[in-house]
Amino acid sequence: MNFRAEINVMPHKELLDPQGKAVAAGLHKMNFSDVADVRIGKHLTIKLSAASEAEAKQKIEEACKKLLANPIMESYTFELFSE
Amino acid sequence: MKFGVVVFPGSNCDKDMLHVLGNVMGAQVREIFHKETSIDDFSEKDCIVLPGGFSYGDYLRTGAIARFSPVMNAIIEFANAGGKVLGICNGFQVLCESHLLPGALLRNNNMQYICKNVHLKVETNNTQFTALTQKGSVLEIPIAHGEGRFYCDEKTLQELYANDQVLFKYCDATGNYTEAANPNGSIDNIAGITNKTRNVFGMMPHPERASELAMNNTDGRILFESLLAKAAVV
Repeated sequence: MNFRAEINVMPHKELLDPQGKAVAAGLHKMNFSDVADVRIGKHLTIKLSAASEAEAKQKIEEACKKLLANPIMESYTFELFSE
Repeated sequence: MKFGVVVFPGSNCDKDMLHVLGNVMGAQVREIFHKETSIDDFSEKDCIVLPGGFSYGDYLRTGAIARFSPVMNAIIEFANAGGKVLGICNGFQVLCESHLLPGALLRNNNMQYICKNVHLKVETNNTQFTALTQKGSVLEIPIAHGEGRFYCDEKTLQELYANDQVLFKYCDATGNYTEAANPNGSIDNIAGITNKTRNVFGMMPHPERASELAMNNTDGRILFESLLAKAAVV
């Protein structure tokens, strides 16, 4: 079975996100004055094959833990789709 | 005692490090290519250096991809067996990603890449890397990074202090830990640390850029002298 995982990796809420801060300042300068906060993370799309949805989920969990997110500074969420 | 300097794709301080270790310090040194899978010609008395740069283009996170390059398994084994490993700048980031050192290095809090001289206070000389320094002395050594904000959770921070693992802290010229002297927002002004077993060292500043008169700064030299002096005694 073929699957597609859509993964979001975000910096932990308690950590300062300078990228987000810079973009928020840019938006304010462009008169998007209602913008209260911007935080920037990463979005990854991964295509994979697995015997079952459970196995695909487990593989993506492992990939997130081992490489895609650093738990010290980031958290991740993902959605899995059948292709 | 022999040094090895790892060359990852994107390393850019490897030649500086080879020059300082070989030509300035007169030590035996060889390049280690990232595709090497064995570093059996090094013993635990030797030291592997992970140099500064932008390994693998800093893709995903700084140091994250380098951690999985072929040579890193051998280096992790080498470190676990007691061999000395020193990571400068990007090398420090690789060591954190490899879990050889605790914590992580985040984007500088002022949103800028910073290249300038900073002052560092020596927090411990109870390591082979700082053995010849005086605790509390101030070294002037340049930094050059965009992602050098050292961060760890509170529990890890307490452990770093409890085990005397903090090597250097950013300070002003007279040794005060001020916010203004902290270039990147590192937690507690921390600029360099060691592991619990005191054989792995990481620091954001570049001592190899401050080790000869031609660079108009020799403050970094004492760190390489420490490694060599300790090795000679053992």
